[in-house]
Amino acid sequence: MTLEIFMQNIANGITLGSLYALLAIGYTMVYGILRLINFAHGEIFMVSTYFAFYGIAIFALPWQVSFVLTIILTAVMGVIIERAAYRPLRNAPRISALISAIGVSFLMSNLGLVIFGGRPKTFFRPQFFQIPIQLGSVRVVALFFIIPVLTVVLLAILNYIVYKTKIGLAMRAAQWDFDVARLMGVEVDRAISVTFAIGSALAAIGGIMWGLRFVEINPNMGLFPGLKCFIAAVFGGIGNIAGAVLGGFLLGFGEIMLVAFLPGLAGYRDAFAFILLILMLLFRPTGLLGEKQRVRT
Amino acid sequence: MTGNQSNNFMRKAVLAVAGLVLFYLCLYWINTQWDAYKVRILNLCAIYIGITLGLNLCNGFAGQFSLGIAGFMAVGAYTTALLTMSPQIKRAVYFIEPLISPLNSIQWGFLPSLIVAGLVSGLVGFAVGAPAIRFRDDYLGISTLGFAEIIRVVFTNTTHITNGALGLKGIPPHTNLYWSWTFALLCVFVMVRLTNSSYGRALKAIRDDEVAAEAMGVNLFYHKCLAFVVSATMAGIGGGLLGNLITTIDPNMFRFPLTFTVLMMAVLGGLGSITGSVISATVITIAMEALRVLEEPRVVLGIFLPGIPGMRMVVFSIALMLVILFYPKGFMGDRELGLDSFRNLAARFRRTFSHKQV
Repeated sequence: MTLEIFMQNIANGITLGSLYALLAIGYTMVYGILRLINFAHGEIFMVSTYFAFYGIAIFALPWQVSFVLTIILTAVMGVIIERAAYRPLRNAPRISALISAIGVSFLMSNLGLVIFGGRPKTFFRPQFFQIPIQLGSVRVVALFFIIPVLTVVLLAILNYIVYKTKIGLAMRAAQWDFDVARLMGVEVDRAISVTFAIGSALAAIGGIMWGLRFVEINPNMGLFPGLKCFIAAVFGGIGNIAGAVLGGFLLGFGEIMLVAFLPGLAGYRDAFAFILLILMLLFRPTGLLGEKQRVRT
Repeated sequence: MTGNQSNNFMRKAVLAVAGLVLFYLCLYWINTQWDAYKVRILNLCAIYIGITLGLNLCNGFAGQFSLGIAGFMAVGAYTTALLTMSPQIKRAVYFIEPLISPLNSIQWGFLPSLIVAGLVSGLVGFAVGAPAIRFRDDYLGISTLGFAEIIRVVFTNTTHITNGALGLKGIPPHTNLYWSWTFALLCVFVMVRLTNSSYGRALKAIRDDEVAAEAMGVNLFYHKCLAFVVSATMAGIGGGLLGNLITTIDPNMFRFPLTFTVLMMAVLGGLGSITGSVISATVITIAMEALRVLEEPRVVLGIFLPGIPGMRMVVFSIALMLVILFYPKGFMGDRELGLDSFRNLAARFRRTFSHKQV
């Protein structure tokens, strides 16, 4: 393996890892607060790529406007999904909520198929992201820098929101205990809505970056990246934002490196994440950064 | 007293035998009179009844939320297909990499193949269940989903056994109404016997409260594994029947949407109800075909309506969402429909009637 290919793989790994991290945050925040695998998160991500695509393709918006609108619309969509499909089941058995989440996920991917059509679309690539950058002997486009840098910036903002603002405090309180948080005057419903809005907005940013990076988008692209990112969240320690980021990076990096160094196993790439999940659950169920799990009754 | 009991038993046995005879006569009539398309749908109904019951045993009766049913079906379908295909067809199908040695020259009958398929998927069910029972609820769901996905990926890559992504073609069409409905009846029988036994009560105890069940001396590992293995066996045999019905299989058939379909049948019928599963598997399988009109272009009142591919699953997803949101117990809840409930209904009618007269 030449240095160039090696560096290219590193760049690929970091980019994919960043995208996984952006999605994994949404999973980990929702799981932390509701104890629910938000199966629809992958579909939120999928729909966001289409928002961005149609914003440019049909409404002929400049890409900056389209991307910002996408993020806002996706955040609203996440909040609506929580209202419609998860809130009515908050006191139901956890399995009901999980089935509801699976139902939303299928509804959205099939609606996507009906509305967007099954044929993959080609995502628009603004010139801004394609500026070539020379790094020693390696040449990469600007996108490979923008994605990780953007991820780090978003993390800093998220960290500020969760640990320094009042609504962040409310979210952490709700994560700890619904009822006590309510007694302390925390508006739990609002905290949950904000959680979904933030998670979905990050998924939208991840979706846009995914579109820019992999170009082809289709209505079925949500489920499996989504599940992988949930696995990344479990890997890092569910409910823990730093853990989700670490898990996302490690998973993305691991996948790329598996394919790069063991091409014979490339076909098993999609199983890699699940094997990791099962091993992790068996031997360290709290994840890399997770603390001891509290059982909430 | 004992005479009365044995009389009762005799009556039930006679009723059961008469029912079975009538049932198979009906099947014979349908087999000879109905067209191939309807017969095929009825076959699918029976297969889905069996598989839904399997899923319901694990998810509904034992409360172990498993999403791995498609993986077990894949194991069963491939096992049956590999055992029933003739060596000539195998040579023709495996043109990229030849099939490995003992499998490429054997051809078994359908029954032993199905039995082996059930055993193999039961074994896989044990291999999946034994580690997975340490997880609960959603973690169990996602790890069994992961297992199913791993099975699919392995099948895609072991080209010398499964022919990889190309799948298998030319599987002998052994499945007919007798096979599939016998399978469905056997599944119902196993479920009724199992759920009314001490095993079934132990499973329900685990579902309702794991800790309490363990405290009462229920062996969690044993019973959860039992549920997994029986469920996987049913799914495996069902998968085998399915493969030999549609005569071509490939790994992508056994992705998550298949599990979703079966899960939907179980949830809509009511997790924990045998009759619910039977009814909803039948209704949904027929509806799946009936709603094809939504996806076909046609002319209504002189207006051309283009078909909308994917519309059927939208309808079913919405149905699932509505049921889980507004009627979370499903069609039957965990109740059963049987002769007794008809008798109770009749008694209630009679009571109301006599009450009005007084």
